[in-house]
Amino acid sequence: MSHDVAVLGAGMHPWGKWGRPFATYGVAAARQALADAGVDWADVDLVVGGETVRNGYAGYVAGATFAQALGWNGARVATSYAACATGAQAIDTARARILAGLCDVALVVGADTTPKGFLAPNAGERYDDPDWLRFRLLGMTNPAYFALYARRRMDLYGATPEDFAKVKVKNAQAGLANPNARYRKAVTVEEVLGSAVVADPLHLLDICATSDGGAALVLTSMDYARSRGIASPVRVRAVSTVTPTFPQTVIEMPNFATDSSGTVPAGERTFKESIAHAAYEEAGIGPEDVDVAEVYDLSTALELDWYEDIGLCKRGEAERLIRSGETALGGRVPVNPSGGLASFGEAVPAQALAQVCELTWQLRGQAEGRQVEDASVGVTANQGLFGHGSSVLLST
Amino acid sequence: MTTTPAIDGWFTSGDLPALLGSRCGLCATVFFPRLDGFCRNPACSGEEFETVELSRRGTVWSYTDAQYQPPPPYIPRSENHEPFAIAAVELAEGLVVLGQVADGYGVADLRVGAEVELVVEPLYTDETGDRTIWRWKPVVELGAEADQ
Repeated sequence: MSHDVAVLGAGMHPWGKWGRPFATYGVAAARQALADAGVDWADVDLVVGGETVRNGYAGYVAGATFAQALGWNGARVATSYAACATGAQAIDTARARILAGLCDVALVVGADTTPKGFLAPNAGERYDDPDWLRFRLLGMTNPAYFALYARRRMDLYGATPEDFAKVKVKNAQAGLANPNARYRKAVTVEEVLGSAVVADPLHLLDICATSDGGAALVLTSMDYARSRGIASPVRVRAVSTVTPTFPQTVIEMPNFATDSSGTVPAGERTFKESIAHAAYEEAGIGPEDVDVAEVYDLSTALELDWYEDIGLCKRGEAERLIRSGETALGGRVPVNPSGGLASFGEAVPAQALAQVCELTWQLRGQAEGRQVEDASVGVTANQGLFGHGSSVLLST
Repeated sequence: MTTTPAIDGWFTSGDLPALLGSRCGLCATVFFPRLDGFCRNPACSGEEFETVELSRRGTVWSYTDAQYQPPPPYIPRSENHEPFAIAAVELAEGLVVLGQVADGYGVADLRVGAEVELVVEPLYTDETGDRTIWRWKPVVELGAEADQ
């Protein structure tokens, strides 16, 4: 049995700091996705909302808020929270209902409005909350975790701050052509290295901002797509939302420590490696088949980690890829042709959906000014708080 | 005014301070911070834990620093933010534990694989006095120390 669902529509509200309610961005993106699909809102029988994120935890009710703002139509509703993987979990919920035959047309929407500066935890005295305690006891911000991974690449694989800066330069260049990107300005290596160091070795321009934004997809059964005369839609081939396997031996936000590998040895794959691996296995598609990828460049150095984690190269080889231009537009396998988080800033519940929107446009050949030539297979990857991560595989 | 840990039961103080972890009575897996309830080894049904001191020395898994003042609930030690270093340290028990780096040391004093040892130092001051935290201090070779 095929596990494919069709992506009939994709839509986004541009990322920025607009200061409007999150539902505004979500509805704008949803209307655009519906128009793109040529589907009436009245025909949608499931709405899945990507939950807004406040201080690391679930915030305002998403699914029903979008359904009401679009005008109650009686559709069933669900809301997903999975930190940075929220949008992919929402896609997976829609996909499961479609594949079970319980739904024909699903609208998946994620949107948020975010505060300025470091993402901070909840207020109050929360001694039982690791996300609060890491700030109180260690002063451990998100960029500090990113910096640990960056420094390790430098000491183990010879990465340099210039390599990290090249990721920003590449993504900023791609983002120039993306009307939904927040930052549309070319950046030089010198500008990255000249920006303030936030958490050594990462500079301000190595670290993604937080943004407002909204993204939406219309997902349908393959039969429904055919009934609308769309014989070859972009298809979701696999969705991975795997959790880590014990022992999780890489330090992750918001934890103080890893699991111990003292009694149970660490597994064959790290958590981040297992995320895309599960999607490849599910689809029967391998990393060698991938034409284009959208990965979570929370920091520039993290994008290099992803090259290895999604199988574009072996461990320790990512620096070679960025130096040779293999992951730039025009290269062997362009990564983040959307401009990535470097050009968008993170709008958490919308971001994993935005990755799929970009791949949809890439696989349709509609990514004007940033098109990856002849792209037929694309993969997304991200990871966030509390053991969440996701990967979505799409193909023509 | 007294000197007390910034959090109860996570580490010991004194001449040879140590982190306090939990060791499962059934499978012997060690956890930090301490764990109550159920063992997180998926193959283990353990529910009893013994509090154990973790290794006082370990090797650096990675390191960074905080050049901007972290947001609350971080409590600044002075009006102007003084950058501090942070290390993730691998212990013989097979886990990696985060900590700030001891006062007076920065990222230039660290490298992946270097040896560090646990110390307890003031983190901030409140109405009760100094509140302390564990920190990782680079182990300086005797010869190197003599050169400084």
